[in-house]
Amino acid sequence: MAAAAASGTGTGTGSTGSIAAAASKNNVTSFQRRSPRASSTDSGGSRLVSIAGTRPSVRNGQLLVSTGLPALDQLLGGGLAVGTVLLIEEDKYNIYSPLLFKYFLAEGIISGHTLLVASAKDEPAEILQELPAPLLDDNCKREFDEGVYNHETSESNIKMKIAWRYQLLPKMEAGPVSSSRFGHYYDSSKKIPQELLDASKCHGFFLPEKISSTLNVESCSLTHGYIQLLQFIQKIIYEEGFDGSNPQKKQKNILRIGIQNLGSPLWGDDVCCTENCDNSYSLTKFLYILRGLLRTSLSACIITMPTHLIQNKAIIARITNLSDTVVHLESFIGSERETNPLYKDYHGLIHIRQIPRLNNLICDVSDVKDLAFKLKRKLFTIERLHLPPDLSDTASRSSRQDLAESAKLLGPGCGVMAGGKKHLDF
Amino acid sequence: MFPELNNLLNITPDRVDQGKLTLLCDAKTDGSFLVHHFLSFYLKANCKVCFVALIQSFSHYNIVGQKLGVSLTTARERGQLVFFEGLKSSVDVFFRVKGEPHPLQFLREASAGNLRPLYEFVQEALRPEDNGEAAWRCPVLLVDDLSVLLSLGMGAVAVLDFIHYCRATVCWKLQGNIVALVHDSRDTEDEENDILLNGLSHQSHLILRAEGLATGFCKDVHGQQIPSTSCTAGRSRHCGHESGKTYLPSRRRRSRGGDRQSTESRSDVQLRVL
Repeated sequence: MAAAAASGTGTGTGSTGSIAAAASKNNVTSFQRRSPRASSTDSGGSRLVSIAGTRPSVRNGQLLVSTGLPALDQLLGGGLAVGTVLLIEEDKYNIYSPLLFKYFLAEGIISGHTLLVASAKDEPAEILQELPAPLLDDNCKREFDEGVYNHETSESNIKMKIAWRYQLLPKMEAGPVSSSRFGHYYDSSKKIPQELLDASKCHGFFLPEKISSTLNVESCSLTHGYIQLLQFIQKIIYEEGFDGSNPQKKQKNILRIGIQNLGSPLWGDDVCCTENCDNSYSLTKFLYILRGLLRTSLSACIITMPTHLIQNKAIIARITNLSDTVVHLESFIGSERETNPLYKDYHGLIHIRQIPRLNNLICDVSDVKDLAFKLKRKLFTIERLHLPPDLSDTASRSSRQDLAESAKLLGPGCGVMAGGKKHLDF
Repeated sequence: MFPELNNLLNITPDRVDQGKLTLLCDAKTDGSFLVHHFLSFYLKANCKVCFVALIQSFSHYNIVGQKLGVSLTTARERGQLVFFEGLKSSVDVFFRVKGEPHPLQFLREASAGNLRPLYEFVQEALRPEDNGEAAWRCPVLLVDDLSVLLSLGMGAVAVLDFIHYCRATVCWKLQGNIVALVHDSRDTEDEENDILLNGLSHQSHLILRAEGLATGFCKDVHGQQIPSTSCTAGRSRHCGHESGKTYLPSRRRRSRGGDRQSTESRSDVQLRVL
């Protein structure tokens, strides 16, 4: 029990404990850093080149970058692996997925990575102007600590008395961690300072501007926009040496690619409009070739896709199989869950649909399956969804009845205690 | 290679069946551990392997192979392993205009073609040595995985034709083996995938099926395995797969805090041998 309490207090300590055990089981020095994913001729694995804003995974030495949300990093097993695709299945009204998109890009600016922003709807320059500002450790930390503490102490007092097991469960990181070079917190109410934007290197791809130029590759059942985008990405990777083709470059860097609303009709693809589309392989071929580009270069990509518009379920399954990490956002806006008292603190649910198994036979699947997110005044947090126990004697009958009915509506998707059925009288 | 799986299938690296088509199938979970198993198994059995890897890069298989006891780089240098890296080749095909045929040249074509260039690649790779003496045991073709070919514009019939041709060459003519992975997409109404899966199930000698646990997510045990060969009656056993070892627990352990199980069964494996 003491050991359980010790391992449950901090997410960091808990996870390293299990990872140390796993490493010893494997009997192999799993700490091998791989820089480009296709092993280049000189990667003996021993030369440790540190690139700003990255860290090797403790499980298999895979190079990771932060997604911009430390809570999401933790759920994905430490971060997003370099060379992989993070697919965000958008929420219905596209309110929260642009936030994740912007956090990813902002993290790239803070870490000094090169950005490539592709969109068919918004100008990349405008997207960059709207990136959130990073949370500075000294100024804002005090404000937040008060807010977080009030929230936690009131709950923790209740929990400690009877439901002490809740405290042993790993907590998602909810507060800002001071001066961590991997993963920063962002203030979504403020814009990123202009000097940071000017210091960073960003490439923009705005589809309406590029669509008029001529095709080099013969039409191969890919939509024109996708071909243009692939050529653009390949050109940037090649010219700036992200694939190791330019050995004179001393300082290696990561290319962060962000593609917004891929698959929507604005890209010229009708996969979201009809069930039997003409170019039904356009999007999947694009994803495959994109992944081929990523695997052979030092880059990581975030894609937001309105999968709720895709009529053909088979295509969604294929897209999931072709992506590495898949996260689905489900917001409560407009649904019946908005008024459900169970969800009153949260804005939506977040489902981690897929985590890749890279360089390993198994992957870091988080124990927690029922996760919810909320956008507080400034922070986007991901928390485990659970009902606090209904312990107070003065709880009114009506609220308990609501909870009981809501518990039935909830379904098996959440881990919920059937709270509030009977009032215990002593 | 997992010794327990070898025991279950009654095969050892010394005694390898020949002329067999093995189908690996996964539903709601990731069956790639089976691919790693067979890759390391056949390399240890001193067979010549042609690995068509369409999903992951070479370094991924290499690192996992090292954990399972084989070195893919050494095998490739020796000529025992012919590794076709789909992701890297797709970039080559797409961006550089090449005159000569490429195994993945269907990526450049607008209409659904056939997999003939890929078949010719396999044929060339597994061609026996001209000097007559066999340096390796039987040739093996390993494909990971076939479902991705459907996503790239191939019809199910084209993929079935490809396997048919490969089977004629590799299994019958060269007395080798084929192992291929197909995803099972029961819920997603993917008709092409169902056609492919049913067609291959009919042709194969051995089917290994990895399924997610129906009862839910359990942290430590990854699944259960129910083997039954196509000829004999089934005997069922429960086994789990964790970090490279398969083990046979007598009961499922529940992790701390895992007493609330969601019905999602993503990381668990139930292995069926058919």
